[in-house]
Amino acid sequence: MNKHVMDEAIGETRLDRNTQGVIGKGAPRYEGKLKVSGTAPYAYEHLGGEDVAYGFIVPASIARGKIRSVDTSAAEAVPGVLKVISGEKIVRAASQPMAPAAQTIDGEVFHYNQPVAVVIADTFEVARHASKLVKVEYSETEGRFDITNRHTVREPDSMPMTPNQSRGDFEHAFAEAEVQFDQTYTTPSYQAAAMEPHATTAKWDGNHLTVWTSHQLLETAPGQIAKHTGIDEDKITVHSPYIGGGFGSKLGLGPDAVMAANATIAIGKPVKIALTRQNVFQATSRRGETIQRVRIGATKAGKITCFAHETDTTNSPGNGFFEPSGISSLFLYPGKDRIIAHNIVETDVLMTSAVRAPGEATGMLATESALDELAETLGIDPVEFRRMNEPEVNPQDDRPFSSRRLMECIDEGAKRFGWSDRPEKPASRREGEWLIGYGMSSASRKNDLMPSAAEIEMSSDGRATVRTGMTDIGTGTYTILQQIAAEMLGLPLDMVDVELGDSRFAASSGSGGSWGANSAGSSVYVASLALIRELASRLDADAETLTLKDGHAIFGNKQIPLPDILKGETISVTGKIEPGKQAEETHQASYGAHFCEVGVNVVTGETRIRRLLTVGAAGRILNEKTATSQCYGGQIWGIGYALEEDLVIDKRNGLIVNHDLAEYHVPVHADVPALEVVLLEDRDPHASPLAGKGIGELAIAGVGAAITNAIYNACGVRIRDYPATLDKVLAGLPDDYLTAA
Amino acid sequence: MNVTLSINGRYHTLDIDPRTSLLDACRDHLALTGSKKGCDHGQCGACTMLVNGRRINSCLTLAVMHENDTITTVEGLGTAENLHPMQAAFVEHDGYQCGYCTPGQIVSAVGMLGEIGDGWPSHVTKDIKTGTELSGDEIRERMSGNLCRCSAYPNIVDAIETAAGKTKEPA
Repeated sequence: MNKHVMDEAIGETRLDRNTQGVIGKGAPRYEGKLKVSGTAPYAYEHLGGEDVAYGFIVPASIARGKIRSVDTSAAEAVPGVLKVISGEKIVRAASQPMAPAAQTIDGEVFHYNQPVAVVIADTFEVARHASKLVKVEYSETEGRFDITNRHTVREPDSMPMTPNQSRGDFEHAFAEAEVQFDQTYTTPSYQAAAMEPHATTAKWDGNHLTVWTSHQLLETAPGQIAKHTGIDEDKITVHSPYIGGGFGSKLGLGPDAVMAANATIAIGKPVKIALTRQNVFQATSRRGETIQRVRIGATKAGKITCFAHETDTTNSPGNGFFEPSGISSLFLYPGKDRIIAHNIVETDVLMTSAVRAPGEATGMLATESALDELAETLGIDPVEFRRMNEPEVNPQDDRPFSSRRLMECIDEGAKRFGWSDRPEKPASRREGEWLIGYGMSSASRKNDLMPSAAEIEMSSDGRATVRTGMTDIGTGTYTILQQIAAEMLGLPLDMVDVELGDSRFAASSGSGGSWGANSAGSSVYVASLALIRELASRLDADAETLTLKDGHAIFGNKQIPLPDILKGETISVTGKIEPGKQAEETHQASYGAHFCEVGVNVVTGETRIRRLLTVGAAGRILNEKTATSQCYGGQIWGIGYALEEDLVIDKRNGLIVNHDLAEYHVPVHADVPALEVVLLEDRDPHASPLAGKGIGELAIAGVGAAITNAIYNACGVRIRDYPATLDKVLAGLPDDYLTAA
Repeated sequence: MNVTLSINGRYHTLDIDPRTSLLDACRDHLALTGSKKGCDHGQCGACTMLVNGRRINSCLTLAVMHENDTITTVEGLGTAENLHPMQAAFVEHDGYQCGYCTPGQIVSAVGMLGEIGDGWPSHVTKDIKTGTELSGDEIRERMSGNLCRCSAYPNIVDAIETAAGKTKEPA
């Protein structure tokens, strides 16, 4: 296999030469016509026309306790019921990302509405009906549901980051600081709520198990299913060609996959299980709620001298994953004396796991609000306050930044937005019932490169096919891999096909942590170079200087069509990217800035977004259209986190109260005005051979705080307990707003 | 029980459980999986179909109630080889990401343009006496029953505006 380890910064590449002229362009999505015509098959939609069975989950009606008995007789008596599965084959929830397997229930209930059994029947309607007839008896025990009670506090695992990282003596430095800022922020639990509920079609033919499931990270899926079924891993194929959104919730294998796999083996015909929306909310995973204390010491002149960000978050028994709210606090702001710390408060609620931008999405709601508050205390404009505190090296360990264009993003944003027109004092600008305010925040998202491999096959007619176990969760993977291969190999886009989401293909990074495009894309880059070397050797030409364009090889004064080089043969090469010394020698992150104008209604307390601008710098942009769409997604999630989203846990009994899309409010069309996204021309030669960085999670980082900062600027109400729903805003508004004209 | 459904110009006779929703009849019994199930409770709009030209959440209605109706799903608007102008506009404007809500958005948008064409007012219509004009605010208001968690909303609005310029009448 051709391998590139990212030990050195990358120089000029074929992508920079841009001979074919397709990289970076806003090419329409490779799979677009299938999606808009309803013919892209998602996990549940395979085996159309075949005789299949359907599954429906029986949820627990308590939050914590032992399962005394499961009486399936009434359910099994219903005509059409084929099997009721309970016991050790049932899993609590999804698996954690990269975990060897999901947690089985082992006769216990760990959270309200945890799966207890699954009914398999000839039709969905019969399975659903019979599921209500399964009688479960419990011995209920007392549960822990409230993060503030801190019944059981433990140190998290070191996934997704080392949880506790300190430097110097913060307490001493803070005590000595001229200005001391100390505030606590809370963020609620959140649901990823991808539009496609987790779903699986599984088919056991007596020898081989084929599973179509909605899963972001295919690499570990066959092994997990092997553990849960007892079938050898080499007899399991997992497909995930189309995924109806993931946002982290499908990094782990869904409970539907485990149950459908066991069910098809048990009954000998294919089984489909789609989680209900209620199952998704109660039996997959969620983002942990947080309590975050932010302490910043500063000089009166506005220089930050020390920084502490301490977070309590939650998870269920046996789970060490945590919401790493301090992840950007490690490097965003200066101070030689620092504490970044996280605790898990154990609760008996659905396990917590990764949701879009774990850490930044919650942590920067706190820190970017804190910066705004401290700037006001010091009498400094928030933009200028950030400029005064821009570190030259990573404050945590003095490593150089690979590239850091935060201030350029802020300055570009300020100029485009008209920041100089910001109301100087809160509640000083009014249009009828509406108070108008501006707010801004920084954005940052740590960059990671992961091992990833891809195969490129060039058939004798010069067409190329890219194959990798990588997934496309709506991010645009199909399209950017097509563009990278086309640019590298000098092919028109329609001469490149892309096949994804098959566990038999070369193992990939999967889609998560904003690393997908950079990692999988780099593997296609490496494979392309290997293919170019092969073509050059057949021509006896120098691979470095061989030009490829429009399906021709050009060297010396010759121009040869690819079929003339291939001479009826098909060439296949595989390339792999691995992270290397660059990841240790430089600190890598994407940066950005958000600017927001809101109106706050003085009668209702309602906030409306009037304008929202995001400027980002994330290395090379591979497709300006799909990259911009990713940023819209981040901005709009930020609107949800600032104003609407709040997964409510009943502190009496552990029920996730708003477990559907009617009660858990995600932004809708009417919540979102025209948005603006600007991506700076950028290259990060330390990040990958593509000189690109992650972008999928950058735009959610901090945006909610830009909104709540604008709310403060509009009406003088500072929201530290997210979301800024109208009841909280209204409670802080003075009565005389109503009578003032 | 038996029911005959007219879907995308073809008749289908099914022997189905009377509890089968129109959505599940299409997805589970006719291999018409373009219409998506996102919530099964009428909360997300992914299952939107046109019944006699009007938008409907097909998860909230039983198949057996539609014996004499004319039903259009996303597959009936256009094919991958021959896209409806609304479908083409979604591709052009990147009015989707994961694609799961997309068929519902597209069918809903086609139905919505029909409603505006018929002069139906909405919450944001400034003057219901003078009729309804297509605007960004009208689109956002009327499309708010179709959730998109990838949040392609700005591009969806652009796509609908583009398609509205190309097609005066709904399909």
